[in-house]
This record gives sequence, C-alpha cells and structure tokens, in this order.
Amino acid sequence: MRIRFWGTRGSIPVALTSFDIRDKLARALVEASGRTFANYEEAHAFAATELDFSITHTFGGHTPCVELDLGGEEYFVCDMGSGARPFGVHVLARQARRPATVNVFMSHVHWDHIMGFPFFGPAYVPGTKIRIHSCHDVCEQAFRLQQAAPCFPVDFSQLAASIEFVRLVPDQPNEISGLTVTPHLQLHSGDSYGFRFEKDGKRVVYSTDSEHKLENRAEAESFAAFFRDADVVIFDAMYALADAISVKADWGHSSNIVGVELCQMAGARHLVLFHHEPANDDATLDGLLKEARRFEELTRSGNPLKVSAAYDGLEIEP
Amino acid sequence: MAIPARSFANAVVLGVAGRLDQDNCDAFRAELMVHVERSAREGGVAILDLGGLEYVSSAGLRCFMLASRQAKSQHGRIFVAALQPMVAEIFEISHFNLVFQVFPTVREALAAASSEAAVAFDRA
Repeated sequence: MRIRFWGTRGSIPVALTSFDIRDKLARALVEASGRTFANYEEAHAFAATELDFSITHTFGGHTPCVELDLGGEEYFVCDMGSGARPFGVHVLARQARRPATVNVFMSHVHWDHIMGFPFFGPAYVPGTKIRIHSCHDVCEQAFRLQQAAPCFPVDFSQLAASIEFVRLVPDQPNEISGLTVTPHLQLHSGDSYGFRFEKDGKRVVYSTDSEHKLENRAEAESFAAFFRDADVVIFDAMYALADAISVKADWGHSSNIVGVELCQMAGARHLVLFHHEPANDDATLDGLLKEARRFEELTRSGNPLKVSAAYDGLEIEP
Repeated sequence: MAIPARSFANAVVLGVAGRLDQDNCDAFRAELMVHVERSAREGGVAILDLGGLEYVSSAGLRCFMLASRQAKSQHGRIFVAALQPMVAEIFEISHFNLVFQVFPTVREALAAASSEAAVAFDRA
C-alpha cells in the first residue's frame, strides 16, 4: 500500500506567491554563500541535501485529496478537493486511454472536499466507473449542485463516466474491492466521517475535519479505538491547541497536540498532520510540525510516534 | 480536587501540583472556577502557581483556557507563574504562552498584580 497526497490544505487552495518564491530563492542564496556549483546537478544536489524543507518545498496547495495505491487496477481516493485535478491527470496518464475504476470515499461534502471533481479528468472519459462512497444522504445532491448552472459550464448529467453513489453505514466494516473500509462519525458542522482502511495487515486512518472535545473521555476513547494500532493516521491538525480551544472552538477542526495525544493513546505508529490552515505559511507549518514532534518526545511513554506534516506530492509507504 | 489558595492583598495564589490530565481535569476545573470567579468578582488577580505541576495534557490546558475566559468575562486577570521546564515547554508548544502572561516566579507575578501584593508576599 502506498499513500499519495494530492491535496493537503484545508478550506481553500493556496498558491505560493512571487514574494514567497523570491523569499525562498534569497534564503537559498544566503545558505549557499561562498559556494560554487559547476552545473545544475551540483546545485540541485545542494538544494536536495543541505537546505531546509521550508526553503526547498512548500506544503501547498490543493484542498484534500489523498490516494491509497493498493498496487492493483482500481483506484482508491479520499475526498475530491482541488487535489483531484492532478490526481485525475495521474490516473489518465497511467491508464493510457483504458477506462479506470475509481473508488472515492467522502469525509463530507463541504466545498473544499468536492471542488476538484468538476476538474477530475477521468469523469469525462466514457467507460470510466466512479463509485462515490459516503455516509451522507446529501452527497449526490452536493456533487450535482456544484456543477449546475450558473456555477459551472458542464452539468453533472453530461459527464461521460458511469457514476454511482454508495451509502455507507458508520462503524460498519465494508469490503470494497479487497479493501476493508470502516467509517466513523466525527464532530464537524453537518457531520463528517473518518475512514479506517485495512488490507494485508496494514491500517491507515483518514480523519479530517474533526474536532475533539477534550473534556469528553468517552469521545477520546472512541477515537483511540478507531485509530488503534494504525500504521498511519492522517489527522486534521489545522490549528495550534490554544487557537483550537479558544477563538476557533466549535469550528470543527483540531490541533497538532491533540493528534499526538490520540495517536499515543491508540498506539499508532505514524501521525501525519493534515488539512493545513490556509493562513499559515510554510515556516509556520514547519513550526507546528516541530512543536508536535517535541511534544511527542516530551510525552512519550511507549514506542515512539513518528510525526510528519503532509504536503502535496508526499508519498508514504505504511 | 483541593487547590490550596493564599491571598496577598488583591491577589490570590492558587497552587497546582502533580499531573493534570483527562483523569482529574473535571474536578480541578470545578474547583479552579470557584477561585477565579471569586477573585474576578473582587477585582483581583488570580495567579496560578505551577511550581508543583509535573505534567499537563491538552485536557488540563483547556481548564486553564476556561479559567482565563471566566476571568476576562468578569474583567478579572489571571497569570501563571513558576512553570517547571517541561510544563513551560508544553505552554510554548501549544501556544498557551501567547494566551497567558507567564512569570518566572510567583513573586514577579504578584509584583505585576500590584505593589501591595508583592509587599504582602515579602512580609509573609
């Protein structure tokens, strides 16, 4: 199993600005001060091995879209945020004109989680099968609504793919093309659902747009059970803890610190911070990652928990 | 959960010790709110003496946040003081150092509350 992150930002897509690029270039030049590079390869090697992540990368980017590559013919993907556009390009390239079968799992239907679907290339290819799995009864309505005039030029009914909406029941495991999928209700405006995926002894949890009420022990234990022994937990870490429980309480999101605590309770192995706040720049997100890693060190009582921050283009082998 | 309280002029120093997490935060919060509400009603300052606090989880930090909100809603003030290194680091990591005024010692927190409170502390 391989996890590919096509979209990792929350709420609305974010692009680097010219200012951001100049800033990264200037910082790289300062770091390289006094050094010479004979060619592009030497300069590239320097950038790849000696410069900080915040100089050489960006967290991006697109809104949520995360692929689980099981190595088979079918595709599995969580959410259809704006990351669905590059994911669709990937599918079309890999299929080389053969129609694809794509299994979609929708956490919920807020705009940032569906906005990529009208730009999902395979939806326009005859013979493509798209199964959209969700616990929401409004899922199909939301997909159709965003492509209705006057919001979009191509109505949903004009898409060439065969598109099926499949209703899932919370906390009930489903066997879907060899993958065991269990949805779990989360606290978010209009409800959201996390998904626990299991195959060949590997366990991946996708839990975004989920607020956790710290005073509720039963809720914490419920999520610890949902995350239990996961190899990877993709977690809504939109805010720092102080923001999440004060000015942004009841906004339906969580923090890096709560992610560490729940994963420690669950005995999970790898926490991936996800659904980044659009107002946070790369340096701020890097800071939140470092703080989460340090908190994990301070509070560790058992096996270490690996902590990463998702970025567009990240790939993880659980 | 009993919270020892000592009064110095317009300030009350509340001692917080041990571990503060999901197991005991409800009882702690109930007791803390009584002190903070009373202090704010009297126009005073509540100072959380965290010198004995060994560990605080997110649930415990939420108690401090609720206490801060309570104080602010009554136009009261709340400071924290004497954090052990690990708790101080958790405050920074969770950005609680941006929410609270943090002082190295109880004496310095009292001096920020009022000169009378600092004098009363020195005489005690």
